[in-house]
Amino acid sequence: MLAYIIRRFLLAVITVWAITVLTFVIIQLPPGDFVSIYINSLQSSGSQVSFGQAEAMRAQYGLDQPMTIQYARWMGMMLQGDFGMALAWNKPVKEIIGDRLVLTMVVSISAIMLTWMIALPVGIYSAVRQYSFGDYAFTFIGFLGIAIPNFMLALILMYVGYKYFNMSIGGLFSPEFENAPWSLAKAGDLGKHLILPAVILGLAGTAQLIRIMRANLLDELRKPYVVTARAKGLAETRVILKYPVRAALNPFASTVGYYFPYVVSGSIIVSLVLGLPTVGPLLLTALVAQDMFLAGTIVLMLGILTVFGTFVSDLILMWIEPRMRMEG
Amino acid sequence: MDNGHAERQQPILSVRNLKTYFFQDEGLVRAVDGANFDLYRGKTLGIVGESGCGKSVTARSVLRIVERSGRIIEGEILLRREDADGQIDLLDLTKLDAESRLMRSIRGKDIGLVFQEPMTSFSAHYTIGNQIAEAVGMHLKLSKEQARQRAIDMLRSVGIPKPERRVDEYPFQLSGGLRQRAMIAMALSCDPSILIADEPTTALDVTTQAQILALLEGLQRERGMAIMLITHNLGVVAEMCDQVVVMYLGRVVEKGPVDQIFHSAKHPYTQALLLSIPSIESEPRVKLPTISGSIPHPYRRPNGCPFHPRCSQAMPGLCDAQVPTLLPVGPDQEASCFLYHQPVEPA
Amino acid sequence: MATQPTSPDAEERISVATQWQLMWWRFRKHALAKVGAIIVILFYTAALLAEFLAYSDPGFVEAQRSLLPPHGIQWIDEGKFAPFVYGLKGTRDPQTFKRVYVVDPTQKYPIVFFGEGFEWTLFGRTVNRHLIAVEGAPAEEVLFLLGTDTLGRDLWSRLMYGTRVSLFIGLLGVMISLFLGILMGGISGYYGGPIDTLIQRVIEIIRSIPTIPLWMALGAALPREWSVNQVYFAITIIISLIAWTELARVTRGRFLALREEDYVMAAELAGCSQMRIIFRHMVPSFLSHIIAATTLAIAAMIIAETSLSFLGLGLRPPAISWGVLLQDGQNVQALAISPWLIFPIIPVVVIILSLNFLGDGLRDAADPYG
Repeated sequence: MLAYIIRRFLLAVITVWAITVLTFVIIQLPPGDFVSIYINSLQSSGSQVSFGQAEAMRAQYGLDQPMTIQYARWMGMMLQGDFGMALAWNKPVKEIIGDRLVLTMVVSISAIMLTWMIALPVGIYSAVRQYSFGDYAFTFIGFLGIAIPNFMLALILMYVGYKYFNMSIGGLFSPEFENAPWSLAKAGDLGKHLILPAVILGLAGTAQLIRIMRANLLDELRKPYVVTARAKGLAETRVILKYPVRAALNPFASTVGYYFPYVVSGSIIVSLVLGLPTVGPLLLTALVAQDMFLAGTIVLMLGILTVFGTFVSDLILMWIEPRMRMEG
Repeated sequence: MDNGHAERQQPILSVRNLKTYFFQDEGLVRAVDGANFDLYRGKTLGIVGESGCGKSVTARSVLRIVERSGRIIEGEILLRREDADGQIDLLDLTKLDAESRLMRSIRGKDIGLVFQEPMTSFSAHYTIGNQIAEAVGMHLKLSKEQARQRAIDMLRSVGIPKPERRVDEYPFQLSGGLRQRAMIAMALSCDPSILIADEPTTALDVTTQAQILALLEGLQRERGMAIMLITHNLGVVAEMCDQVVVMYLGRVVEKGPVDQIFHSAKHPYTQALLLSIPSIESEPRVKLPTISGSIPHPYRRPNGCPFHPRCSQAMPGLCDAQVPTLLPVGPDQEASCFLYHQPVEPA
Repeated sequence: MATQPTSPDAEERISVATQWQLMWWRFRKHALAKVGAIIVILFYTAALLAEFLAYSDPGFVEAQRSLLPPHGIQWIDEGKFAPFVYGLKGTRDPQTFKRVYVVDPTQKYPIVFFGEGFEWTLFGRTVNRHLIAVEGAPAEEVLFLLGTDTLGRDLWSRLMYGTRVSLFIGLLGVMISLFLGILMGGISGYYGGPIDTLIQRVIEIIRSIPTIPLWMALGAALPREWSVNQVYFAITIIISLIAWTELARVTRGRFLALREEDYVMAAELAGCSQMRIIFRHMVPSFLSHIIAATTLAIAAMIIAETSLSFLGLGLRPPAISWGVLLQDGQNVQALAISPWLIFPIIPVVVIILSLNFLGDGLRDAADPYG
């Protein structure tokens, strides 16, 4: 078991490293270096920068050094928690993304929890009542969920809300809480606003997980241990919930590792449409303005958090599987 | 023959003209199509036949755990059991709701089941003890601690070493033989009067097979339960059984005491089955006789006697037109074959 | 053997059928998959015939006719079937002094099929035939089946062009993915050992990174001055670079499973050559799975392109794709006034649904013995 955890942990570390390299490459991709972009943005706001100052800045950020050394310096900065400056805001990146990163995770995790709460019972129902009306209905909704990209669903719902209910859906806070400090009331307000993004983000995943759960459970229902459990005289509900559902849960849980990055990914684009104060809109503005320190940090942070989430879900998965716990 | 009081001579379970059909999109499968047999206390009944002949469905019909697409459409399954007041009464299981409290109290309590697959008959997600104690706690109304103790005792009684430790282990930590022993322990944990053993030794190696059979015999002597042994292995039948029922395509083709079946089989199918076992006296390097043809597809059951397309003695115009019924062909022995009986109704 | 539900011939037929026949029979039973297949074929045909199905030049800008609502064809004229379209009259709104267009019932322009419209090239020749054309006035001025966008361009005609771009970006991307996926998956499955482990780890790493931020970053890094075609290919490559992992996983999984199959071992024992085993026994069952996975991958690619372009990081105007068209509908206020701007959602949903049905049907059919 320890060996397994160590292996997974090493993989997570390697993944994070791969993400840092990728992020660094992305930061380097646009033409011109950070300093020239920075100077441009300063000039457009009216300040003047001399050539000497620019060279000094280049030296300070190590831009005159070879790539590998630049990477090492950049990594050093990152490790010290210095993520550079966000150009448009003229503030440290750290200050700008802190809250938004937390909200991104809040939105993603609520979507995942919602997905589980729906997919699990519906998947069980669909398998146990295979080919029933309900099974067909859920399959149909599921297909729609997969076929409508989530940003389109967000658009449609916003349009419907605006046009027919005369309310603007979107945002994560009511105006009165927007800039208020955290309080119980603000958290409650957040909770109310979370439902819609969670549904939009979770729909496609829910549809997929229902199908996975249904297929797994159908496989498990045919296994001899189910007959054994029935032959013991257990009530059917108990037979199904205790044995095949328990077994079908494992492959189901293992998909969460892949599902998490998918949801985080989706949250970016859904946030843009719904105007949620997550890192999504920030990433887009940063990319459009070629503010690569900000964009790079966001990509990096999302990557790291996703890897962390996947690692945790791996650990949970291992814990619920006795075979892996005993032998692993 | 047992010469106890009259009660003991009554069958504990009688299956009468049982028909279990599967209604599937592709067509109707008559998995069991008129099964008749009796089970007696302390005796073992063997149900023999090739795979797909309806043996397992018969067992599941008795427990009323046939899958959703299958239904018992005719017949009786009469269970002789003591009711709450100590009265003996005769209960027709086909009349009960499969999910009713009464039927569930019969499953596991009055009738235990041991299964073919020791690998997959236990769930891999719970300990052996958990899975045994679950039934015990429910049927015998024991506390958690008592149920666990009972599970340990049962594991010990089926010859599992260090039962106190094994009880907390998961099925995959046990060898195939031990797992099958644990399975028997679970089936017998509530002291049932009937044990249905569905191919209990098929998946085991030969030595383990012998041990498991010996264990079953010993337990039967101790507890006096009736065993319904479902197998395709005639060697096992010869060793274990008192009575034999031979099934083909869902129908009983012959039944009788084990000696008579082995020494004077009447039905051509039984005869062919017996010929296909290797014997010490058979000539070396001579091919064993096989039954020609193969079992027909379940959706395409032949008309008349189900065995006639493969039967070497089939009588054209008779066997392919009419269905024979089970009638006596000797003391205690019955067969359904036109070689011994003229058709009951005119053609 | 007089009356039987299925004739012995039927069974005979099944037992001698080739694997492809079995798959076809199995696929035919899948009603939804068949519908999906038909729709997919229709869409790709429409994409090929985009210029013919459009009736207006997709780049024809007339700012005065911006955001016109759909203005359709009237089919019956004076009790006879004679399709025509009413003319539009520009007037000034007395309050806002904005120029607005109203239907002018006095003007009727007949609709002709296979008539003449804007010019396009077919195999190097200039032609001007279109499925629908207007007589008496340029189609650009009177016919707006789905309304117009902010620059007064006809949405229907642009949708036809967008369909071509979006569908073929999916197809092209899938080919690159397929090449990478089969190569990597095949190497992984064939050699096993440390190479397999390495490739599997790389795939795991790629799959654990959220894709949209990555796509966005790569899309944003494309130089602004690149031409439409350069961006098109760059976006295709970006999308396929991330999507190949799933195909590699399927390939490797099938490879490993097939190596263990009894019939492969049976063929080996029967003395079949390595080549014969691979091509005769492994490839058919392998290909079918790959085809199924590919179908589903096309759907994912179309979504990816649409999402990226929608954000403004994928294809850029003057390129036309579903995502580019939907960009106009990003704003709720704009949508509330001109709901037709959101119409391109419908073809996106329909094609993705169809590809999913088709993929599912193919996946089921891929295992004809299962």
